[in-house]
Amino acid sequence: MTVEIAQFETYLSSFTTLADQSAQPTPSWLRDLRENAFVRFCKAGFPTVHDEDWRFTNLSALSRIPFRLARENTHLLAASDLEVWQIKDAAAQIVFVDGFFAPHLSSLDALPNGVRVVGLARAITDRDQTVCDHLGRYLDIERDPFCALNTSFIDDGVFLHVKKGAVIADPIHLLFVSTPHADPAMTHPHNLVVVEAEAQASIVEEYVSWGAPTATLSNAVTELVAGENATIEHTLIERENLETYNFSTLRIQQASSANVTSHSLLLGGALVRNNVHPVLMGEGAECLINGLFVGKHSQHLDNYMLVEHASPHCASRQFYNGILDERSRGVFHGRIIVHKDAQKTDAKQTNRNLLLSDDAQIDTKPQLEIYADDVKCTHGATIGQIEGSALFYLRSRGISESDARRILLQAFAGECIERISGGVRKYCQAIVAEVLQSIAKPASHQTVDARVIKARNGKEIA
Amino acid sequence: MNLLKIENLHAQVDGHEILKGIDLTIHTGEVHSIMGPNGSGKSTLAQVLSRRPSYEVTAGSVSFNGKDLLAMKPEDAACEGLFLAFQYPIEIPGIGNAYFLRSALNAIRKYQGLDELDAIDFLPLFREKLKLLEMDETLMNRSLNEGFSGGEKKRNEIFQMAMLEPKLAILDETDSGLDIDALRIVAQGVNAMRDPERSMLVITHYQRLLNYIVPDFVHVLVDGRIVRSGGPELALELEEKGYVSIEADSRQAAGASA
Repeated sequence: MTVEIAQFETYLSSFTTLADQSAQPTPSWLRDLRENAFVRFCKAGFPTVHDEDWRFTNLSALSRIPFRLARENTHLLAASDLEVWQIKDAAAQIVFVDGFFAPHLSSLDALPNGVRVVGLARAITDRDQTVCDHLGRYLDIERDPFCALNTSFIDDGVFLHVKKGAVIADPIHLLFVSTPHADPAMTHPHNLVVVEAEAQASIVEEYVSWGAPTATLSNAVTELVAGENATIEHTLIERENLETYNFSTLRIQQASSANVTSHSLLLGGALVRNNVHPVLMGEGAECLINGLFVGKHSQHLDNYMLVEHASPHCASRQFYNGILDERSRGVFHGRIIVHKDAQKTDAKQTNRNLLLSDDAQIDTKPQLEIYADDVKCTHGATIGQIEGSALFYLRSRGISESDARRILLQAFAGECIERISGGVRKYCQAIVAEVLQSIAKPASHQTVDARVIKARNGKEIA
Repeated sequence: MNLLKIENLHAQVDGHEILKGIDLTIHTGEVHSIMGPNGSGKSTLAQVLSRRPSYEVTAGSVSFNGKDLLAMKPEDAACEGLFLAFQYPIEIPGIGNAYFLRSALNAIRKYQGLDELDAIDFLPLFREKLKLLEMDETLMNRSLNEGFSGGEKKRNEIFQMAMLEPKLAILDETDSGLDIDALRIVAQGVNAMRDPERSMLVITHYQRLLNYIVPDFVHVLVDGRIVRSGGPELALELEEKGYVSIEADSRQAAGASA
């Protein structure tokens, strides 16, 4: 099925501009990668709500906006502008402005041995073998047009390489700042994280806006390759302004006994699609997928999880909590595929939601596809409101209604934040507390307007 | 002086009238007990006095400490010195007991124009009261009431009362579900709080609790009205004869007056 891309001309001209403007000759493998992806994107177009993977997220408004590649604006920002986005004790902070690496804003001096962090564009120019081996290899551009679009425009991003056995205890902070543009601007950062066997790292990928809000499309991809027995914690923080469309894909490839944790905090953005796609390739791999989304105004926050069990004895855990206020809408689509040979799989999925207003809405959809016969898979979803009895209990002790609501929301959000470790947790706690403060006001009358759509495809075990 | 004065109080829940004209005055320093059969309106009275939003007052007035209690929000009533020990304390995952209590104590202190307590000032007070209720400090690091046994929850209610030092404590069936040891500890906590400046309203279904917390006055609530009032000896009479005789008496009285 071909869906017309309303602004095809602007995408095409952006595509040819990218090819023309690069100073260095583009390696042929990269040119092929981009061209194949662009052809794929042009064929597929933007998905519609008739596509099962996109049925709760309408992209028609987005498809009409003529986005062009963002201009380089790195000079607009000074180091002092970044003070609000600092994680205490971070091992490094790598800053991108509108998709362009900003060395003068980044701090990479304190990086410990065993880890290498460079701009992806630079690594490509240097013909880094690891980049050639891995870049674009794990993405499914056939299935996801936004991955195809990102790959069409692969240029810069972070290449992070942790050598075998290296333990990077402090978080590495990747900060993506978008700035105002006169015309709608798009960025397609592409990060490649390769963590070799027995190594350990914590990575924070954060999207923020600076300056007056203008129409922006942030379409990011991170490919994360976890070697045998590696331990990785990845935290996505989305808090761009309300003119931003943010699409992000975290594609995780796990070798045997690799242990990966993915945290997502979706707080900003007008329309956000958060794809987390781990493939448990090696035996005994484990992943924890943890997330919190908090919507207000008319934000649309869509979480699409696809957990693939491809080997025996792997375990996956998904915990997502949503808080939706005003006219915001949330989506949790939790898909688990257990391939034929993935015996003794242990997969669990939980999605809990709080609706704070009459107009807020959540669609939650578990989708289990199980082709092995000796597995344990469970899922559960709840939708509710702030419990009146809990609210009264706190108030009966002297705590004001708005404080009581804030405390209860914090407790609900806290379930997710508690799963994040160390300094990153503290950073997230502060961010979330600020957001919850703004939505804890007392509400007069509330009813639940919620739909739960059960899986139609695949086998379902409750 | 009278601390609480209830006059002709009528209240309904979900359109059903539960309280049908309650009159009750509690003076400072007095301990009153309300007894009555299931469904007589004891808990409704407790909830109305602590200002639960879903309980609608349809007639009557309540003054507390000289102010109109029915005009207060639950948090204002608490800050004015009213405390309800819940019959069914709520479990709230994700909120630490100690954090909760400090938030409550500071909200009340702030209302009363006192400085808020920081963690260092809070801790000695906290430990002292824990000892009174024979509670383990590790319980306090856990989430509010989460995974507590029935007895632990009830003790936690009295512990909160000891921390918040209310002018009027309402104990809603604090004894139900307690074994004799837990009952003794709870009663000991309550008795330690007895003070000429503090009043209590002890709601119970069973006379047993009143062996440990001896009230100054006993009232019998039947079908939304107080049908008899007396001294502590009334509780013993109820224990002996049961509510049935009182209910019969009250029906007769109601029939005679109709």
